[in-house]
This record gives sequence, C-alpha cells and structure tokens, in this order.
Amino acid sequence: MTYDVIIIGSGPAGLTASIYTTRADLKTLVIAGGKWGGQLMLTTLVENFPGFPEGIQGPELMMNMRKQAEKFGAEFVDEDFVEADFSKKPFRVKASDKTYEAKSVIIATGADTRWLGAPGEAEKIGRGVSSCAPCDAAFFRDKNVIVVGGGDSAMEEALVLTKFAKNVTIMHRSDALKASEIMQKRAKDNPKINFFYNAVIEQVNGDQKVESIRVKVNPSDKSLLSKTAEEIEKITPAIFSPKFVSKDKDSITLDLKVDGVFVAIGHMPNTKVFKDIELDEHGFIKVHDHYLTNKDGVFVAGDVHDSHYKQAITAAGYGCAAALEVQHWLENQE
Amino acid sequence: MADASFTDQNFKTEVLGSQTPVLVDFWAEWCMPCRIVGPIVEELANEYKGKLKVGKLNVDENGKTAQSYGVMSIPSLLIFKNGQVVKTMIGAQSKDSFKREIDSVL
Ligand SMILES: Cc1cc2nc3c(=O)[nH]c(=O)nc-3n(C[C@H](O)[C@H](O)[C@H](O)COP(=O)(O)OP(=O)(O)OC[C@H]3O[C@@H](n4cnc5c(N)ncnc54)[C@H](O)[C@@H]3O)c2cc1C
Repeated sequence: MTYDVIIIGSGPAGLTASIYTTRADLKTLVIAGGKWGGQLMLTTLVENFPGFPEGIQGPELMMNMRKQAEKFGAEFVDEDFVEADFSKKPFRVKASDKTYEAKSVIIATGADTRWLGAPGEAEKIGRGVSSCAPCDAAFFRDKNVIVVGGGDSAMEEALVLTKFAKNVTIMHRSDALKASEIMQKRAKDNPKINFFYNAVIEQVNGDQKVESIRVKVNPSDKSLLSKTAEEIEKITPAIFSPKFVSKDKDSITLDLKVDGVFVAIGHMPNTKVFKDIELDEHGFIKVHDHYLTNKDGVFVAGDVHDSHYKQAITAAGYGCAAALEVQHWLENQE
Repeated sequence: MADASFTDQNFKTEVLGSQTPVLVDFWAEWCMPCRIVGPIVEELANEYKGKLKVGKLNVDENGKTAQSYGVMSIPSLLIFKNGQVVKTMIGAQSKDSFKREIDSVL
C-alpha cells in the first residue's frame, strides 16, 4: 500500500499537518518517533497557545492534537524514522525495521535538547543530569541544583525547580542573559534563585549520580585572578563547598558540590538522519518558499527548519501550510 | 491490567523475592511522560503474561525504594531478576523499543 503522505515527527508541526491531510482525504501515516509529542511533552503550562485563556499543560495539548488527528483517520507508528530513499517515487521510508511507501513526505522532526558535551554528562542523564525540570524536579527536594543557560527556558526550568530544591543557581557563560524581561524578573525576584555568571561546566563528576561539577570561571572582575586559592574558596558561595583546582591568567577552575544539573542551552534540529536533504550552515533543513526542501515531493515544517521563531503556534502554522501544499502538489501529479 | 502495585513494604517479597523476572514502572501522578508510558506498560503486562511480572511503584508514596535504586527521573522502568537489577530504561520510549530491551534480558 502506498500512502499519499508520510509525516515524520509528531510535535505541533507534524500533528497539525496530519489533521489537515486527513481532512483533505489523503491517506496519512505519521511516523511519530519513539518519543512522540515533541518538545511540549517536556514542559508544564503553555500560556501563549491561542484558545486556552487559562493556559494548557504541554503534554495535554499534544495528546489532544493526536486525538484530533486520529479522529480523522491518521495512522501512527511510534517509532523513529531511520532512512529513506527520496530519489525514486514512490518514496520508501524506513522506521524501526519496517518500510513504508508514500507519494510525498513532510519532515517535521523538530529539535532536541542541546547537551553540554562535557565529560561525565551523558552517562548521568537521568542520574542527576536532566533537561526536563517538570519531569524530574521532585527528585531534588531540598537539594542544590544548577540550571545551565541564559534564555527563557533556563529561567522557566529554574522557577519549576524552586518548588522542590533548596538552592537553584542559574549558571551562564556570559553575564548577559538572553531571557525576556518578564522571565528574568520572575527568576530574579525568586529568593531561591541565584546567578553564577561567566562560568562554563567542564566536567560532571560522580560515581552513580551527579556529585560535583568542575567549572571554569572567567571573572569580569579581573582582580579576583590575583586572589589565593583560600580566598577564592571563601568568596564562592558556601553551598557549593568549593574546592579550588587551578587558575591561569584569565580564568579560575573550581569544583562545586551539586546534586543536579539541568541543561537549558537550546536545541539542535533533528536532521542527522536525512542524508540527501540539503541543510543550512547551522544544520537546519534549508527551506525554499516556506515549505519546500531540495527534493521534489519532500516538504518540511516546524522547528526542524525554523531557527527563528521556535514556537508551538508557528510550528503548527508551518505544519498547516506544508499540508495544504502537499495536497496541491499531489493534485498536480495526477 | 498490571499485575501489582509495589510499595516500600511489599517490594522485598513481591519484587526481590519473585520467581519470575519483574518489571517495575516508577511513576508519579504529576509526571506527564508517565501518562504516555502507563498504557504501554499495561499492554506489556498482557503480552508478557507468565514470563514477566509487571507492576507500578508510585515514587511519591514509596520514596525509599525509588531512592535506593537511584531513580532520579521518571518514568524509569527497571527489570529485576533474582533480586538484581538487570535493566534500566529511563524516559518515554516506544513499545517496540521497550520490548527489544525486555527480550534482551529475559
Ligand atoms: C521546555 C520547553 C518549553 C516550551 N514552551 C513553549 C511555550 O510555552 N510556547 C510555545 O509556543 N513554544 C514553547 N516551546 C517551543 C515549542 O515546544 C516548539 O517550538 C515546538 O514544539 C516545535 O514543534 P515541532 O513540531 O516543529 O517540533 P518538536 O516539538 O520538536 O517535535 C518533533 C517531533 O519529531 C520527532 N522526531 C525526531 N526525530 C525523529 C525521527 N528520526 N523519527 C521520527 N520522529 C522523530 C520527535 O520525537 C518529536 O515528536 C517550548 C519548548 C521547550 C523545550
């Protein structure tokens, strides 16, 4: 059997597209991914998606979108896309170990957490390293945690953590936050949140779980660089039981005791799996006319190409546009 | 239906002392991704009937057990065989990928 369209990804972009394609009577398969639902599954209240004046829980919004798509007949496989041959039609698209055929494809694989890449980090995901405060915050009751990042999502993660943790420290590589005024203010007004600027995590230490981090600090106050190890340990907040490691002419390296590291430094588009689809210099899918890729019959929607707006409503909008274009394109094929 | 609800009190007899391997779904009311995994675990319980005992453990009510197995992120699915952890699966995954992991240790 050949599907009219296969949609790869099940965030707001993919699910919106599937609602439109099924309503246009196109036989639709959504390859939803092992972690279906996308980024909004990792958050709590979404306050800016129109139609929900009281806000709506991210996962609830996604479950509703999926129900809506299923109601109109979209089929789902909750597996990851592995590879496709876009050179011949119908396209052959492989998910897990099954291959499906389709006349057209919409790529809507969105973006995933950008991790720090520091040694010790990957092994401790789920053991003190996290990218989802709403999921994991409760395990850090009365603990001392770090949130890495300076944007809205870092502020958001920190605020969620204050409900459980004893101390929440937002660590940022510079001293200029990118977060919006309103989110900065919320974080700064919270008595449990402190800021640690000009610091980068170099290593995550711990045996079974996170016990400490090694950070490299480039202080804006250069006079700190002439202080002794003891003095540096003394002026570093005592909650970290700081241990001086080393210093050079413009930085100080310290070990800080922490129980958790929440990473919120942005997202990476999920494009590695697409072999002959053209990408831009930052790894996003290169988009032509808002919805086209370099391959005829392969369309794109959402955060996988959009490095600029990165919102649920824009992703949904791109999904809608791609679906309407697919419909139009299929009509012209016949 | 999942076979059991595990608690700090019954963990030793129900899980550690079980003759058949046991899959424990660590979850909590507030955990959204757990709501995705919950129904999958129910299906797994049916499909592996007789081969695998399947049950849930609420981490809010049974913090001691969760802590002693280092659970710091949920959903976490742990498989126990003869009282030992033989598999740890952290985070939401598809049913097929859970099945692959389960089959690798059964
Ligand atoms: C913590 C957090 C809070 C946010 N809060 C808000 C907010 O309040 N308001 C707002 O408007 N936006 C918010 N956003 C941004 C918003 O979530 C994204 O802009 C939106 O989800 C993008 O939608 P998408 O469909 O393009 O991609 P995604 O949501 O990233 O979904 C992509 C989907 O593709 C799947 N996928 C990836 N690779 C594969 C593969 N190989 N095979 C199959 N499937 C695959 C993934 O599993 C996922 O289901 C937030 C993001 C985060 C992380």
